Amino acid sequence: MAQTGIADRAARNGHAGDTGRGLVGRLAAGLAEQVTSRIPVADLDERDPDYIRETLPRQWLLSSLYFRAEVRGLGNIPETGPVLLVGNHSGGNLTPDTIVFTLAFCAYFGVERPFYQLAHNLVLSMPGLSFLRKFGTVAASPENAQTALDSGAALLVYPGGDHEVHRPSWEGHRVDFDGRKGFIRLALERDVPIVPVVAVGGQETALFLSRGRGLARSLRLDRLFRLKVLPISLALPWGLNLGDMLGHIPLPAKITVEALPPLYLQEEFGPHPDVNEIYDHVIRVMQDTLDALASERRLPVIG
Amino acid sequence: MRVGAAIDISAPSEAVWEYVSDPERYLHFMSGVTRWEVVSDEPRGLGARYRMLFRVGSAEVGGLIEVIEYVECRDVAWTSVTGLDQRGRWRLRERDAGRTHVELRLSYGVAGAGLFGSLAERVAAPTVRGHLERTVQQLKRQVEQEQTRRKAAARRAARAGAP
Repeated sequence: MAQTGIADRAARNGHAGDTGRGLVGRLAAGLAEQVTSRIPVADLDERDPDYIRETLPRQWLLSSLYFRAEVRGLGNIPETGPVLLVGNHSGGNLTPDTIVFTLAFCAYFGVERPFYQLAHNLVLSMPGLSFLRKFGTVAASPENAQTALDSGAALLVYPGGDHEVHRPSWEGHRVDFDGRKGFIRLALERDVPIVPVVAVGGQETALFLSRGRGLARSLRLDRLFRLKVLPISLALPWGLNLGDMLGHIPLPAKITVEALPPLYLQEEFGPHPDVNEIYDHVIRVMQDTLDALASERRLPVIG
Repeated sequence: MRVGAAIDISAPSEAVWEYVSDPERYLHFMSGVTRWEVVSDEPRGLGARYRMLFRVGSAEVGGLIEVIEYVECRDVAWTSVTGLDQRGRWRLRERDAGRTHVELRLSYGVAGAGLFGSLAERVAAPTVRGHLERTVQQLKRQVEQEQTRRKAAARRAARAGAP
């Protein structure tokens, strides 16, 4: 069982909030503590293959009928052993690409193959989303990622995280990891292949206007909740949607996902590879694929 | 959900059996199938195991299957070991000499998936049925073309052999 270390860190952040100004500061700090206490400790055992299997038909309906999804290149993923799946992330706090890809992966390799996904702390501490843990979703931290890979599992990470997921809709066809390179160090340390997973269409499920970075900073959300953004979008059923904390109803945009051939870092970049060089390479191959997928689309949402 | 397709093929049952008992040919005539891989020591016969997938909607579904009935030139039936619950059967019956009635049956579902499970089965049914129908049509075309080729080869051989 892995102790995340996140809870401690977040608790320290929450404590730091106590020094905030007046009542608002104390309220926010209290809320932060509540959230922190809800962040589950990563337990890989919480993944429940029977539950996943029984819910696959539901996911299949959503994915096939609503998002008209198409997933290509699953054969590129190594059949066995640990693998780091690195995806670009889209769709605000409700990310259809994750649903579509999780279904495709579990159907293709079977629910017996251990498969975990890293998610933001806030997602896992949200009331009503505890079922995600049965799907193998664990809080994003280097410790959890290492535990999952060491157990021989496939691990899906979205390095862009909240930064990428809330990018404006007009940047929908851009891979933007915000320079986060932790996933490369992880793959090098654990000596596992990276499989880039490129998805298109997610950023058309609402009209995303701004990440609201300045807003998040001025409200000190980055210190309290590790939240660097407070996104602003036009989304159903809210109209103007600030923060996207309660989620939204995504528009039925066509989602296409493509898994690319695996990158064996030590083989391709030598025994002492340069992390920046690998990062540039991963971004380039993903951006090229995203450009190709985008060029197949004629209309937003319809695809 | 149970779906099926049937067709009459102008060939003896042995000729059809060559196709339906040979996993290497499956990718050439089975519609929608994206993978049919032998995972047992024996590629055919009772107890043979395959990993198969076929595309329905947004996913490739299937899993590990095992042959549970194998009667030469008549029946081959399989059931799922992992993945989607399924039971399938090729049923060959030679009605007149040189004419074979071929049936392909498949029942599938996910046990325990409840209401959404049965809904998904129904939504998928037209696609699955379409795959099965195209499969038997492609089988018919391939077997009959092979028959024609063999007859032509026999005629050529006979002509060449004649003085």
